[in-house]
Amino acid sequence: MLTAQWMYGLAGCVIMALGLRGALLHASLLQRIVAINVMGAGVFMLLVAVAYRGPVLPPDPLPHALVLTGIVVAVSATALALALARRLHAEQEDD
Amino acid sequence: MTDAMIWLVALPLAAALATLLLPRSATAVAIGSGLATTVAAGLLLFGVATQGALHYEIGGWSAGLGIALRADGLSALLLMMTALVALAASVYASAYFSAVSERARFWPLWLLLWTSLNALLLSGDLFNLYVTLELLGLSAVALASLGGKHAAVAAALRYLLVGLLGSMLFLAGVGLIYAGYGTLDLATLASVVEPGPVAWTALALMTTGLLLKTALFPLHFWLPPTHASAPAPVSAVLSALVVKAAFYLVLRLWLDVFADVVTPAAANLLGLLGAGAVLWGSWRALRVERLKLLAAWSTVAQLGYLFLFFPLLLAMPPGPARDLAAGGLVMLALTHGFAKAGLFLAIGIIQQRCGHDMIRELDGTAQRLPATTFAIALAGVALIGLPPSGAFLGKWQLLAGAVATGQWVWLVVTATGSLLAAAYIFRVLGHAFGHRPYPNQPVTVAREEWPALLLAAMAALVLGLAGAPVWGLLEIGT
Repeated sequence: MLTAQWMYGLAGCVIMALGLRGALLHASLLQRIVAINVMGAGVFMLLVAVAYRGPVLPPDPLPHALVLTGIVVAVSATALALALARRLHAEQEDD
Repeated sequence: MTDAMIWLVALPLAAALATLLLPRSATAVAIGSGLATTVAAGLLLFGVATQGALHYEIGGWSAGLGIALRADGLSALLLMMTALVALAASVYASAYFSAVSERARFWPLWLLLWTSLNALLLSGDLFNLYVTLELLGLSAVALASLGGKHAAVAAALRYLLVGLLGSMLFLAGVGLIYAGYGTLDLATLASVVEPGPVAWTALALMTTGLLLKTALFPLHFWLPPTHASAPAPVSAVLSALVVKAAFYLVLRLWLDVFADVVTPAAANLLGLLGAGAVLWGSWRALRVERLKLLAAWSTVAQLGYLFLFFPLLLAMPPGPARDLAAGGLVMLALTHGFAKAGLFLAIGIIQQRCGHDMIRELDGTAQRLPATTFAIALAGVALIGLPPSGAFLGKWQLLAGAVATGQWVWLVVTATGSLLAAAYIFRVLGHAFGHRPYPNQPVTVAREEWPALLLAAMAALVLGLAGAPVWGLLEIGT
């Protein structure tokens, strides 16, 4: 079962790297916001994989708590980013 | 004295909620709670000085499960600086924002920013540090966008995306640490961490995230537009405190927690980036047209000096010489905090009174706003590092360390950076003292001019002449 944990962990790292690449390379604002969220999903997946403690023991609750907090932060930050992006967009249309 | 730690977080947080509910009396609530928070910071500093490092477990939940608050000499000093700078900027802001609607938006975010700064400086585990970093980032972005203009919103959005990227990298590092060592408590971690791929990767991820947030060259690209387009009191706190919070974490991780993991090559890399920041930041500060951009580029440069200390500290064996150098680093950070806050507030006054902040058109400012010009000159003394400012003591230790460890290149960088700083400060003063007759009255807008003046005097005079206790306090570790 160790392999499943590694698979999830490595997949998390790959998703993280893909998100990072998107956040750095995409020019469009919306694409960058989405890319950062993809990167966050990768980090959360890594943390969820870290929590696995074998088939007998229940998963470690602490990384799960980290993921929950991380999701809350990511949602609020995305909301703020979208709100700012909308304001920019509205101003550009006015011009 | 442990109560002071709770008040430092609870007071501004309660005040943030109160100002949200009572927008009409927001200013009174904010200034009152700011005064009380400053008293709490003073009590904590006194407590750490007399009783040593303090520790408190909220609700009796032990570290690992609950939230533990910690304060040692370094965090107590930074909390005190945060309180003094934020209080002065609050007084300034009470005059700067005249419309009730502006104030109603400003105060809750401002107090939330103060809360997260205090919480960050008191946190002793990596996850709380992540949460407080995010709170700090979100409130800072919202405040930076209050300028309202297109440039301010665009800069704030870029600041947010960079900050998020930094946080994600930091969180990935935190995850790796937990996977490798099963703890996030900094004190426990310091005793179990050992050199190896896990520690190196985690430290690299966390440091890259933090360097993005502290705007170390070449990751500084977001700082000048953000700091230059925010409202003046916000710029002051962003430049003086918010970037320092991320720097404080780098310092904690590199010198405390991961002290055995850090390699000289990595420290040299930080030093090189710092040197790039000093030279490029100072050069750009010399070339820009606007005063606020000058101050923002000068922040990029001044943060660079702090990173020059890393290769020196790593090359020194533990002992009095190393403690002196570490004290110099903190002294430089404290001085920059006060000086840059004072400078941004003073620039805000010029911007409001003259309607612009073009350096070329500052002629006559010295006659029109003598106290503000004096504040800029005092802050300039501290930014250049002339005696008797605290920065002089800090740079002295930097030079002494460079000579003692034979790393001459940092000496050249420091000297060049200081000369460039002198050039960009005197460029401003040269214009300000240009002749244009105005009615002579030293202080024209007391509530705005005094905070700027006092902050600059703190940096240029008080820290330098009465700064010796800083070194004593820093010996109080966790």
